[in-house]
Amino acid sequence: MPTSTPLDPSVPVRHRWFSPARLLAIASNTLLELVRQKVFYFLLLFALLSIGSSLLVVQFTFQQQFQVLKDVSLGAMSIFSWLLAVLATAQLLPRDLEDRTLYTILAKPVPRFEYLLGKLGGVLLLLALSLALMSALFAGVLAWREQTQLALIQAATPPEDLEAAVQALRASTFTPSLGLAILTIFLRAAICASLTLLISSFATSSIFTVIVSVIAYIIGHIQPVARDYWLHSLPAGQGVSPLVQVFLGFVALFFPDFQLFNLVDEAAAGNTIPFPLFAQTSALGLGYAMVYTFLAYLFFSQKEL
Amino acid sequence: MRARLLAPVLLLGFGFAKLAPESLLTRVRQSANLHTAPVQISLRQNLSQMGFLAALSGFRAVVADLLWIQAHTAWENTDWGRMKLLLDTVTALQPRAVVFWDGAAWHMAWNASVSALENPAQPRLALRVKAQREFFRLGEDFLLRGIQNNPGRQELYNRLGMLYRDKFEDHARASDAFAACAALPNAPSYARRFAAYELSRVPGREAEAYQTLKKLFLEGEKNWLPTLFNRIRFLEEKLNVRPDERLRIPEGR
Repeated sequence: MPTSTPLDPSVPVRHRWFSPARLLAIASNTLLELVRQKVFYFLLLFALLSIGSSLLVVQFTFQQQFQVLKDVSLGAMSIFSWLLAVLATAQLLPRDLEDRTLYTILAKPVPRFEYLLGKLGGVLLLLALSLALMSALFAGVLAWREQTQLALIQAATPPEDLEAAVQALRASTFTPSLGLAILTIFLRAAICASLTLLISSFATSSIFTVIVSVIAYIIGHIQPVARDYWLHSLPAGQGVSPLVQVFLGFVALFFPDFQLFNLVDEAAAGNTIPFPLFAQTSALGLGYAMVYTFLAYLFFSQKEL
Repeated sequence: MRARLLAPVLLLGFGFAKLAPESLLTRVRQSANLHTAPVQISLRQNLSQMGFLAALSGFRAVVADLLWIQAHTAWENTDWGRMKLLLDTVTALQPRAVVFWDGAAWHMAWNASVSALENPAQPRLALRVKAQREFFRLGEDFLLRGIQNNPGRQELYNRLGMLYRDKFEDHARASDAFAACAALPNAPSYARRFAAYELSRVPGREAEAYQTLKKLFLEGEKNWLPTLFNRIRFLEEKLNVRPDERLRIPEGR
């Protein structure tokens, strides 16, 4: 009795509604397309910023030097990852539409949500890779400056104070909270990417997508400041008008509070980030990313192609 | 069409659903003292428009660093007024960065105060001393505000102890500050000794100071430093401690 193999064309292969292999194929192709656009040149700029900021402040105390180095490097990581997330995601759908790749993919038995997830996965891989490279560069510069300062301290500190001085130096450089801070940068960038994907799913041009994403990012950062001002800082006797209350409620409901995802300043200042806090922040961020991606799918599933 | 109706409804539903976790997270951050103070609208007058926008958009640390470098330039030019303004802005932007509070206090209480005392433009000594005291107070103010924002960090209590000891010569408050420093994690080992040394200089608290110094002495050789022996000898004389009850300080120390 002849037996059929899985590759036998006479045997119909049952189509699965979700396939990790298909998802991975789309994600890896998206990553490859983005890498081919020479996005990693920004790393040169990052290296310049990181090394430049560390050399610019050599006349400061070592605590101040490391504070500036960490602030600038982590700030640059935040900016670059956010820009990458917005710009890379905004062009995904328009580009695939323009060069007809989208039709080729969707003509095959690839569900639309799988296509969207794969595209977002590619951007997230790019973000992870970029942040890993920037973290490695940052760690290298930090280690280099630490060694330089260590040599200076060893040469200039009396033996009885040496241990305390070295301890103070170590406390100013590498702390576990730095790793958690970099993960929250990724998380924030992932939220921005999924939000951009949502906007892109109904937008008619990538410029519109980028502009709306940038505005949403700024609103997300400003809303806690505005809320605090209107609700707590107004002079006595000046009540908040119902219109302002409705406006604040609207903003709080529709926009993410990005300040909640800012753990970078704490880590750079040498404060410890408790792991439960990081876990709760991550869970919230994951919730945002999932909801935005699902909403993007809703729009994309109805889109006339 | 269905998606256009459904999406806002879902987004609204999620908006309501996320309010509880977000306020919980805010409370957790507040209880862990990790809730970064929001950027104050009043800061606008001290920042450029772009700087203010950058600070509002989550890049306040970078803006603070740039202003810190400007403050350093103001220090080099001995432009103390501008420096104070910049330091106020830096610490308002980064209230959780202890190095900025510490650096700001040091600049005011140690650098600007000396400059004020030696100001050649002011011939009257009384006015120069007055200006010097004002800069001490500005340094103290930075440290106290820094402590308010970072109650768990020993560095600022340590600096405050030094300020009270070296500038105000207020030994009681210096002792309290060093004692508070010693009680916090990662405090330098000298903080307890410094608290006791300062206490030994406070009139009326000699007996209390002697007991503290005695305790340190009995803890062993790690505390056996010349200042400890000097303060013990001083207090034993002052308190008229009987020779057979005095501590046996090793010969030649």
